[in-house]
Amino acid sequence: MALKVVKVVVVAVINTLRKHLVKPLAKQLAKRRIKQTSHFQWGLLAVGVLGFCVPLMAAVLPEDRADILFHSYDGGGLTVNGPSLLARKQVGKSLSVWGKYYVDSLTSATIDVVSSASEYTEERIEQSVGFDFLHDKSTISLGYTNSAENDFVANTYNFGISHSMFGDLTTVSLGFTVGLDDVSSSVDPNLNESAERFKYRLNLSQVITKNMLMSATFETVTDEGFLESPYRRVRFLDPSDASGVGYQSEEYPETRTSHALAVNALYYLPYRAAVKIETRVFTDTWGINAAMYELGYTHPWRKHWIFEVKYRAYTQDQAEFYNDMFNGIDEFIYRARDKELSSLNTTSIGLGASYEFGSKSWRFIDRGSVNLMYDRYQIDYQNFRNETAVGFTPGTEPLYSQTADIVRFFVSVWY
Amino acid sequence: MKHLLLGMAVVLIISGCGIEPWVKPYERANLADPIMSFDRDPSATSYINHVHESRELSRGAESGQGGGCGCN
Repeated sequence: MALKVVKVVVVAVINTLRKHLVKPLAKQLAKRRIKQTSHFQWGLLAVGVLGFCVPLMAAVLPEDRADILFHSYDGGGLTVNGPSLLARKQVGKSLSVWGKYYVDSLTSATIDVVSSASEYTEERIEQSVGFDFLHDKSTISLGYTNSAENDFVANTYNFGISHSMFGDLTTVSLGFTVGLDDVSSSVDPNLNESAERFKYRLNLSQVITKNMLMSATFETVTDEGFLESPYRRVRFLDPSDASGVGYQSEEYPETRTSHALAVNALYYLPYRAAVKIETRVFTDTWGINAAMYELGYTHPWRKHWIFEVKYRAYTQDQAEFYNDMFNGIDEFIYRARDKELSSLNTTSIGLGASYEFGSKSWRFIDRGSVNLMYDRYQIDYQNFRNETAVGFTPGTEPLYSQTADIVRFFVSVWY
Repeated sequence: MKHLLLGMAVVLIISGCGIEPWVKPYERANLADPIMSFDRDPSATSYINHVHESRELSRGAESGQGGGCGCN
């Protein structure tokens, strides 16, 4: 109940922001030209001049660091695992370069797959490079990511700028991302589609007291192009078929625009421990409204250990064109039965432990840590029925739910 | 609207020049503790964000970035 009240209030705030701030800004950015006296420029002017007025401490580049991570997801007939390598190194005084290599090895026998096809395996490889350039109190970031699987290639370009002000009490960041996707199909060689994605992000991080930090992020994402799965189908009542059910391909709108607002807070407790609160609300043009909150507690123990526990809850409404069972073929122009578009609730409980090691006397490594994190993730779909259940009239099967075990094991070194 | 924004910018600029940090640098030991980071382990955060984004329809305003699908 409390979550619903929070959701209603914050969605109202988002709608107001969207009406008076985001729509004009998005319109200007979409036209790729910004008028001389636009609000956007006034905002940039204010941020820029503030930076020159206030006596500031210099911002810093991220630490030199490398991480090797093994991840595993197991739930709902889906197993995904693989390694991830991330390394960052400062070059000179002002530049920090980084690279990342990430693999998803996937074996899928999810309910979508077993109800229409057979189990399959595939691999996704993601490679990223980027740099951060520090100049006085500002950091400029550029990044590029290529993600490739047998039927989906995504190229993503990131640009960001952040500026520290008010004696490093406040950091403002702006981000812009362009994503270009190429979609094909392993069963239809003629399918060759594409999609474009644009992301606009504004972040404000603020020191509140000597024990408290807050951060607020607003992000708008627009998609245009082929947004549905080339494999997934919807089902509809079909009296002409012996089973009473017919199938046809999904059809999504070719555009989607979403807005998300996140507010996070960190509080340092008197006995060296930290409490974290994260909240996020979301709305989009497909009619999906969502809300998330997360509570976390971090507790160092003795010299080398850090333990973490967290609880996360998420709820979303379904897309306007989603239905578990349509009344007939071509009932609507747009149709979907992707379970992720259904109304759903998720909860997760996470535990983590880190052991820190190392010494300044080591030659190449300053310090390191060994980390293990485990999350128990529960998804309850509110309008997606278990089609594989037997003994039920189509459309009256029990609602589907799944539980997943998520493991992250990683070693980090600082040098 | 333009005049309002211009006025707000001018007020911010003028007042900004005179703002004194209310948390002094020597009072930030707790804030500098690694446990007071929103994203202490970027690889782990990026991965769990990807897990959520693949199974929940909301997106944006997370701390991680990524591309591709890898979902079903």
